[in-house]
Amino acid sequence: MTAKSNESIHDAASGGLQMETVSREVIVINAAGLHARPADLLAREARKWQSRIELVNDAQRADGKSILELLTLAAESGTRLVVEATGPDAREALDAIGSLFETRFNERDSDQKS
Amino acid sequence: MKFSDFVATDTIRSDVQADSKEGVIREMAQSLVDAGKIAACDLEGIVKAIMKREDLGSTGIGRGVAVPHTKHPSVSRLVGTVAVSKGGIDFQSLDGEPVQLFFLLVSPPDRPGDHLRALENISRQLRDDSFCRLLKSAKEPIDIQHLLEEADSHGVAS
Repeated sequence: MTAKSNESIHDAASGGLQMETVSREVIVINAAGLHARPADLLAREARKWQSRIELVNDAQRADGKSILELLTLAAESGTRLVVEATGPDAREALDAIGSLFETRFNERDSDQKS
Repeated sequence: MKFSDFVATDTIRSDVQADSKEGVIREMAQSLVDAGKIAACDLEGIVKAIMKREDLGSTGIGRGVAVPHTKHPSVSRLVGTVAVSKGGIDFQSLDGEPVQLFFLLVSPPDRPGDHLRALENISRQLRDDSFCRLLKSAKEPIDIQHLLEEADSHGVAS
């Protein structure tokens, strides 16, 4: 209900299927935002995929496989981010990452433990 | 957010003696008590809460850095401190490396945004390898203080 499926395909310079970039918008809906634990979960998930995964917050980009970079987004609850995946398993990676946001990184809103 | 907004200067430790995860957390929390940033009667509760958070997943975020933290109702604003362990401590880090550099944060329960901005500042500054290395090799707390001040003044922190 939150992460609109807003997929688009950009042809990379090579035009090859391997370089397909897919993207979608996600919204941070857990109350505490993208703090250390969600960033850890996200980076762990991203590292399972071959594709390059980036999260974009306006002009700022972060490597989805790096907790340090994800934390620099300082994405509070309500922030809209774009997830971009480039590589052979880009679509599957995007789905997996989207569902982490949708399921609030397994955090309850009442859960104030960060 | 800048380091000076949450790191109390007289709490910085350049050579923690503890050799365990709980030990270093306790030593850092004690330095906050000594500086009057948290009350002595809250020390145990804060150490326990930080350890409970660690049980959910280590805050050792890689590069020899950990950010142990908790929310606690006894603080009205974000308080933090910095410590370096010369020998490194097994922190069950995400990359398996021992941790030498610690940023401990205690934040009010109703201010998740401040906590995020502190994490943002720490993680952004630590992407600079030389900053990271200089902090770990600092001899005295004042050296760490100067490095943090330099990062604050050169950064684009808001």
